[in-house]
Amino acid sequence: MLEPKAVPIDGMLRINMGPQHPATHGVISFIVETDGEVMRKATADVGFLHRGVEKMAEITSYPGFMPYTDRVDYLASMFANHGYAMAVEKLLGVEVPKKAEWLRVIADELNRIASHLVATGTMAMDLGAFTPFTHWIRERESINDFMEHICGARLTYNYMRVGGVCADWPVGLSEKILVWLDHFEPIIEEFNRLITGNEIFIRRLANVAVIPAELAIDWALSGPNLRASGVPFDLRRSEPYSIYPELQFDVPVGQGTQGTVGDSYDRFWVRILEMRESCRILRQLLAGIPEGDFKAKVARTLKVPAGEVYSKVESARGEIGYFLVADGSDRPVRVKIRTGSFTAVALIEPISPGLMLADLVAVIGSLDIVAPEIDR
Amino acid sequence: MRQLADALLVTLLGVDPATWPYAWVVYGAVMLASAALAMTFVALFAGPVTVVERRVAGRMMSRIGPNRVGPQGVIQWLADGLKCFLKEDLIPDAADRPLFRLAPYLVFGGMFGTFVVLPFGAHLVAADLNVGVLYLFAISSIVVVGILAAGWSSNSKWGLFGAFRSAAQIISYEVPSALSALTVVLFAGTLSLQGIIREQGGMPWDWFVVRTPFTFAAFFLFFTSALAEGNRTPFDLPEAESELVAGYHTEYSGMRFLFFLFAEWANLWIMSAVATACFLGGWNIPGVSPATIDSATGLSFWGLQLLSFIVFAAKTSALVFIVIQLRWTLPRLRIDQLLEMCWKYLVPLSFACLLGVMIWAWGVTVGSLVDLGMRLVMTCVGAGIAFHYARRVRFNYMADRDNYLKMTGKELWYPPYRLP
Repeated sequence: MLEPKAVPIDGMLRINMGPQHPATHGVISFIVETDGEVMRKATADVGFLHRGVEKMAEITSYPGFMPYTDRVDYLASMFANHGYAMAVEKLLGVEVPKKAEWLRVIADELNRIASHLVATGTMAMDLGAFTPFTHWIRERESINDFMEHICGARLTYNYMRVGGVCADWPVGLSEKILVWLDHFEPIIEEFNRLITGNEIFIRRLANVAVIPAELAIDWALSGPNLRASGVPFDLRRSEPYSIYPELQFDVPVGQGTQGTVGDSYDRFWVRILEMRESCRILRQLLAGIPEGDFKAKVARTLKVPAGEVYSKVESARGEIGYFLVADGSDRPVRVKIRTGSFTAVALIEPISPGLMLADLVAVIGSLDIVAPEIDR
Repeated sequence: MRQLADALLVTLLGVDPATWPYAWVVYGAVMLASAALAMTFVALFAGPVTVVERRVAGRMMSRIGPNRVGPQGVIQWLADGLKCFLKEDLIPDAADRPLFRLAPYLVFGGMFGTFVVLPFGAHLVAADLNVGVLYLFAISSIVVVGILAAGWSSNSKWGLFGAFRSAAQIISYEVPSALSALTVVLFAGTLSLQGIIREQGGMPWDWFVVRTPFTFAAFFLFFTSALAEGNRTPFDLPEAESELVAGYHTEYSGMRFLFFLFAEWANLWIMSAVATACFLGGWNIPGVSPATIDSATGLSFWGLQLLSFIVFAAKTSALVFIVIQLRWTLPRLRIDQLLEMCWKYLVPLSFACLLGVMIWAWGVTVGSLVDLGMRLVMTCVGAGIAFHYARRVRFNYMADRDNYLKMTGKELWYPPYRLP
């Protein structure tokens, strides 16, 4: 007989889950130490997708960096656009026209729905239910079509500009989006009927990988993951930017509907609730887009005055923040991007002991980790 | 098969099989032919059912599915099979070569062995063993050996995980599935599958499933356990693609990989056929008693054989269809939940069913008022469940259709109620 290569290490089996593995949502690797099916430790091994986006900022002009921000998080690039545009605007002191703010927030919320569709869909897929995923991808297709109308791109939008957005609002698109919203809100109910209330699905997620509020705050978790732990912290409410103070919406928090507050099911359910809130926001916004310019008058070659700024927006995966240092030239000295997935993936190590191997998949899915956002 | 061979001799050669000295030649030839026929049947079932499954899945997932090879993609399976034949047959360097090569044949052999006793019609069975049910459970256990060998010999940690999950799962679920099948054995008083079918009748109220509440429950227990034994969703942990890449056949490619998939799809037929035979009346034609089929001669004999095959295939296909629908609806259990469900719920429940059937068989005479009343009640319950199921499917279909019409202004890409 051959010597099996699966050599136990200290009585445990070390498995390399990734970087090419169907469950890891991109190129990340988990070094899992298991005792049979039970995990003793799962350590995220990140860096496979590092493209040096932050370094690129230092050799690109201010407006020229905007397309690179799309690649920070390909499922929610509108937020990366928004955060960067806000950072530069703060340094420049540019006043963004009212209409541009509205268009930005409409695009943000559409993108938030699209991102949560992928998040909840892949989560169901990771647990073995393929059908909900394809249903969500069908709905996302409509959003991609809208995005194509808005900015010409379906994935990497490059929609926002310093001082506004790249194009005026297309004629007749508001009506199309409203028709789609009428269709989409009942579809959420259909999705809940299909998977959310499924007994197996609940048992796979409820009470699994509970992240208590203190742990979540200690590890700087943000976005839906933090709110699922019962902390009502949403940048749109807590530190409002753009036109969010004028909008009516609730911040859903995890309530332990099927188990403990902060379990995987809460992280799933909060995202479903957030999609409903986004629909609500979109209805308010589409009811009346103000007249005016869609972009402030900004010089073609930007010379940003020396200074430092940190600007942050509420992305679909938590806070996405830009720390920008300018020295008065036409290029940034330093850009540091803070993303939600990076903190989330670090949290897997402390919560993994004692979980089953199959739970790791559920945890990765429920934290909604996207590989390019971790590595940038 | 003996009766069939006898009938052949009488019809074609006009000799008496009891006295004709060369009858054994014909018997041998019929045996070989039936093996070949069973093989062909497996291939002809497992192939097209992949296409059907993918089309059904496509319809459920609001996408199209394979529709390019042949009209509506009906010969997609030939293209897939041919592709797998032409693929390079890779054996990993670190693999245990003899075991790695052997494993697919063990899995296939265990699957194909069950066709010896599986009936297709009144006399369409390779061998009517008097220990049929026992043989069925014994031979299908060889699959576990093959799966373990595959996972171990490929020397991949994912393969090993899949193999051990599979071994734990299949061996655990043999217990409830065998126990719930025993309920009908008690009723029929025979282990032979043909004998069990003959004890039932053509009409729904004659089936074992509606005889008592215990067999009714045992049917669902058996079906659930059979799903688990066949590694079908929600019990497809051994090959959970999002956890274990592909489980025990991660390292396999080409023809060997095809053997595993082939066995899996053939298993769809096997589990549905056993459930049909044990609980749903098997090949019994409504209004025709087994004795009538036995005593028929000439053309009517063959016509009844064909009819019984059609009845059996229709019932089995309905179950296959439900299994496919389940697969594309449900998420997957976790291994601890899977074993917990088996040992804490299914095993005690199937024991209870067995005990209940014992008491029933001892206390209630067949044909008495209690027996007939219970049959009536359980038939109504069963029909209610079937009706509810069909109504939900139709409801979802209609919701889907209205949605599509609303968003696109077009009808769905399949005309309604056509097999997708």
